[in-house]
Amino acid sequence: MKDQKAKIMFVCRTAPYGTIYEQEAIEAMIMFSSYEQDISVAFIGDGVFSLKKGQDPSLINIKNFTQTYLVLKDDFEISHLYVEKESLEERGVREEDLLAEVEVIPRAELRNKIDEMKVLLPF
Amino acid sequence: MLNIIKKSPYESSALSDCLKYIKSGDVILFTEDGIYAVKKEGAFGKLVSDASQTCAVYYLFPDAEARGIKSEEVISLAKPVDYKGFVDLVGDSLKSMTW
Amino acid sequence: MKFGILLKESPYNYQAFDSVYNFANAALEMGHEIIGIFFYDDAVYVGNKYLEPPQGERNIKSYIHALKSKGVRLVICVAAGKRRGLTQNTVSESAEISGLGQLLELSIESDRLITF
Repeated sequence: MKDQKAKIMFVCRTAPYGTIYEQEAIEAMIMFSSYEQDISVAFIGDGVFSLKKGQDPSLINIKNFTQTYLVLKDDFEISHLYVEKESLEERGVREEDLLAEVEVIPRAELRNKIDEMKVLLPF
Repeated sequence: MLNIIKKSPYESSALSDCLKYIKSGDVILFTEDGIYAVKKEGAFGKLVSDASQTCAVYYLFPDAEARGIKSEEVISLAKPVDYKGFVDLVGDSLKSMTW
Repeated sequence: MKFGILLKESPYNYQAFDSVYNFANAALEMGHEIIGIFFYDDAVYVGNKYLEPPQGERNIKSYIHALKSKGVRLVICVAAGKRRGLTQNTVSESAEISGLGQLLELSIESDRLITF
């Protein structure tokens, strides 16, 4: 592998539970974090619902995988968790409703972050 | 950046999300069910025509043909590409985002 | 140019695998290199060796055999695969099972990574 760290961003655009994309995206994030690259995660559109506090999927017999976001930055080598401000507002989700410590940034700023990436992985 | 839209705009937010993120110099390519967005007569023809003021807009011709969307039914600013043109578009942009 | 490909969609519910096949063939014809295709989420079903499509229908097995014979590495994610019954015993000989590290490597080593 090349010496310089690759800048890779997971772009999470789907809500949890309805499809498996977010669950398997987290598994990929965790695996990627162990390779010492520069990994970011951005939540836009329905992806912001993955971060909502108070999720309890036990009644639908699904594991609460989004709890992983609580420890993603501290326990794993993930550089940034970005959440698009406009998507939160549009969906009536307040910053204090989010389960993990994230960077809430406006869309235009997130686009600038996207421009710095080598690879985007949409989920 | 190359933006790839493969979902129908009638059932997915792929097109509207993409349009919120585009910058001048970006390229948009419509493939698979995304093709329905470039139909002149339809709810999204005008929107995509407007976007082509900022971005170069292409559509994957084989996917349009498959769906019975003829060139004359497509907005005039969208240019057809075949798979080789698709490959060139991916190569010409530093990265791609599939919405 | 070196291309890496990530496929996430099921090969029967979506057109995405067909798009990958057509894209990869065009790129190879143009003299580009496909350094690998990584199958994730429901896309791992592409690697099932027991697939038996009806006659006259597109044949995934022959598609991946053709890609492999052109030197393209087809990697089925081990974790996503195991969940869905894709193991060393059930995977097609045209594909291989490996970890998400392979997707990271594709992201790093390719000039362009494209997701279908």
